[in-house]
Amino acid sequence: MLSNHLRALESESIEILRETAASFENPVLMYSIGKDSSVLLHLTLKAFWPAKPPMPLLHVDTTWKFKEMIEFRDRMAAQHGLDLIVHINQEGVEEGIDPYANSERHTHVMKTLGLRQALDKYKFDAAIGGARRDEERSRAKERIFSHRSPEHAWEPKNQRPELWRLFNTRLAKGESFRVFPLSNWTEADIWSYIQAENIELVPLYFAAERPVVRRNGQIIMVDDDRLKLAPGETVEQAMVRFRTLGCYPLTAASESSAATLEEVVDETLTSKQSERVGRLIDHDQSASMERKKREGYF
Amino acid sequence: MAEADVMPAAQSRASEPAEEKSILRFLTCGSVDDGKSSLIGRLLFDSGSVFDDQMASVERDSKKFGTTGEAPDLALLLDGLEAEREQGITIDVAYRYFSTAKRKFIVADAPGHAQYTRNMAVAASVSELAVLVIDARKGVSEQTRRHMTVCELLGVRHVVLAVNKIDLVDFSEARFREIEAELKKAGEAFETCLAIPVSARFGDNVAARGGNLDWFDGPTLLHLLETVQVKRDEAARPFRMQVQLVARPDLDFRGYQGTIASGRIAPGDPVVAALSGRASKIARIAAMDGDRDSAEAGEAVTLTLEDEIDISRGDVLAAAESRPEVSDQFAAHLIWMGETHLLPGREYLLKCGARTVPASVTEIGHRLDVTTGERLAAKRLELNDIGFVKLAASQPIAFDPYSENRRMGSFLLVDRFSNDTLAAGVIAHGLRRATNIHWQSVDVDKTARAEAKGQKPSVLWFTGLSGSGKSTIANLVEKRLHMEGRHTYLLDGDNVRHGLNRDLGFTDADRVENIRRVSEVARLMADAGLIVLVSFISPFRAERRMARELMDGDFLEVWVDTPLELAAKRDPKGLYKKAFAGELKNFTGVDSPYEAPETAEIHIETAQTSAEDAANAIVDYLRDNGRLL
Repeated sequence: MLSNHLRALESESIEILRETAASFENPVLMYSIGKDSSVLLHLTLKAFWPAKPPMPLLHVDTTWKFKEMIEFRDRMAAQHGLDLIVHINQEGVEEGIDPYANSERHTHVMKTLGLRQALDKYKFDAAIGGARRDEERSRAKERIFSHRSPEHAWEPKNQRPELWRLFNTRLAKGESFRVFPLSNWTEADIWSYIQAENIELVPLYFAAERPVVRRNGQIIMVDDDRLKLAPGETVEQAMVRFRTLGCYPLTAASESSAATLEEVVDETLTSKQSERVGRLIDHDQSASMERKKREGYF
Repeated sequence: MAEADVMPAAQSRASEPAEEKSILRFLTCGSVDDGKSSLIGRLLFDSGSVFDDQMASVERDSKKFGTTGEAPDLALLLDGLEAEREQGITIDVAYRYFSTAKRKFIVADAPGHAQYTRNMAVAASVSELAVLVIDARKGVSEQTRRHMTVCELLGVRHVVLAVNKIDLVDFSEARFREIEAELKKAGEAFETCLAIPVSARFGDNVAARGGNLDWFDGPTLLHLLETVQVKRDEAARPFRMQVQLVARPDLDFRGYQGTIASGRIAPGDPVVAALSGRASKIARIAAMDGDRDSAEAGEAVTLTLEDEIDISRGDVLAAAESRPEVSDQFAAHLIWMGETHLLPGREYLLKCGARTVPASVTEIGHRLDVTTGERLAAKRLELNDIGFVKLAASQPIAFDPYSENRRMGSFLLVDRFSNDTLAAGVIAHGLRRATNIHWQSVDVDKTARAEAKGQKPSVLWFTGLSGSGKSTIANLVEKRLHMEGRHTYLLDGDNVRHGLNRDLGFTDADRVENIRRVSEVARLMADAGLIVLVSFISPFRAERRMARELMDGDFLEVWVDTPLELAAKRDPKGLYKKAFAGELKNFTGVDSPYEAPETAEIHIETAQTSAEDAANAIVDYLRDNGRLL
């Protein structure tokens, strides 16, 4: 049984998803495999039931995701009978972009440019994502229906006012929207909802013995042999889990013994650190996210 | 008034188990420098909603930009965009989240200065309560009154006046009482209006009382937010659901999907489709995790009906015994948000619920002075103006007054070309007229009349700069058609201005009305079976589109395309000369824009084509397209 406040959030998200389906010719659901995407997928299935969601899933694969994420992604798409589009920026692959040499460039080429390529290739006019406003300061002013120019740029000064639940979804040629049905959810809401609805997650969220290396005070999992050890570094087994998921070399684990959903929720809700602490790409500057968004990052 | 809504502290803390946690959406606003950001930062911090790493970043920033000396500047928890930080101002509504054991809070934080009305309206439209921040030193400002006016208009029924910086007036009760008294009268418009003294900087009376305000016997700000009863009881009103989508996964299932705007329903309840008036009963409230026995306001549902009736997106399912109004004309307050001002008569898109229809403002009743509440006469509305207007839609919509139903009584006006959101509207009431004027249906129709003349009714709409040669070409076309025995009529801009439109000038508003009247006359003539030639500068795309839509497929746009230099050189009436000399205002192409057609059926470039060749091309076009039988 959902609490009043979770039911209100669920209804709001479903309304946004339905409005997206009704307003656009070619929407797509951005599926990044993490907990927020899992909630978003669950809400999407609910919103259109008993019909199938009228949009495919899109995963922009940087080729550096955890192996378990990829397995989970393919299993979810098959289980729900959904079309899954996986896009990899081949130019980036050929160029040999890797997250060790330059993490910022890796994110820009494989994620931001990869996403732009995919949206252009399939001519999606609305891309639904699981971003939340409480994640980061520059997201606090993001619209639910966020307007993008034909170049995918986000112009903070050129966004339409959003009143009530009335969304102006009109587009000129080449323009598109990013749609954020989880705008008003917090991390605590996400976890409470996962628990209440019993939503399946990638096992990486739960503590287990995993091979890790300690680097610059952070714990990085050795997911495959592309992780090169620096002199003096050793691989050790540690009881760890992840609070957010991304490219494995850029996502730090935390030591934890929370192995069940209940324990994870307990641990998260009492944490003194924000979830972004584990994301290596956010640490550069406080305005970095805003800049990435202007370039078309989700 | 206020005290009755606030439960005593002891009683509220203990009750309500955690699962029953509810959401309170509130907005905050205030003038520049009244400490609003510090107050929200303080609420976030004192409610334990700030993570250690976020606080560390604030402490770092405080050393760089802070205004609070050694202590961390909590206002820096909120700073959003880089552009804003550089300018030291906020430009947009920001959303903040925090929660306590009792409630989850969604804060719409509206900046107080630039775009104040627009931002306030955005924040108020999604809020149940407003926290208006007042600087204890400065007292009540014009802005405070403006904010209260917008809150009232948008149906925010609970207001908290946070008298901040009370530390800077030595926690003076006298000063606080003075401010409280000043807003007593304005506060009577609200269900709750309570003044609370606070110090955002030191935390007094935000989450905890603190030792300096012993004289105050009301609640702390956080306690008030946790306990104030804001329920609108939308569930107790008649059932309404605006249909967003129709789910048809197979032939046996037809589900209507939407969010219940008001009321509650259960299988067996009689409902109607508001626009058609067709009745049925709720069969199922279908859901992925099992059918529901009932559902109520605020819930997103999928409903099936016992009978197959025709319902599509934009229709409204409503309680059979208590239906919404259905009309194409109504009176509403508009909050103008567009950079371009309102033009009465111009066609906009109106979105109400899931329904979007063309609509125009037929009359501006008055403009509201948001500071004094005075009603002023107005010919137009500009950015951040609020006005009371009459609107006419091209098709009926189902609605309730905003005061009774926020979802059913709110709408947006959208520009058809720029796609900008121009205005937010709240419906006051329907205009009875709409339901009383019915079209007279006649037996001899347009087709019959035209066939008797051996032609298809057509409106050739010549548009172009003054001096482009529109009238010359139109004249030649009419002569040729007349020689063939066709039935024609030429409406010339200059001639019509001597008679039908002699009360109109050349302002944007008058140009719109000019075209509207001419379009209507052309439509009647086409209805009579004529080939109508309209020769009008008609500089605005929106009005040409309006004319096109009136003609129902019989509209042919002829763009007489002449470069400005050439038209000015020809200058048959000597008008360009005057315009360039500044003797003639609002002259198209000189100090008033000409918006070139994007989809003209016929494009004549007069720099390369003679008037005779142009006329021949147009007559050929009519013949080739089966308009001359």
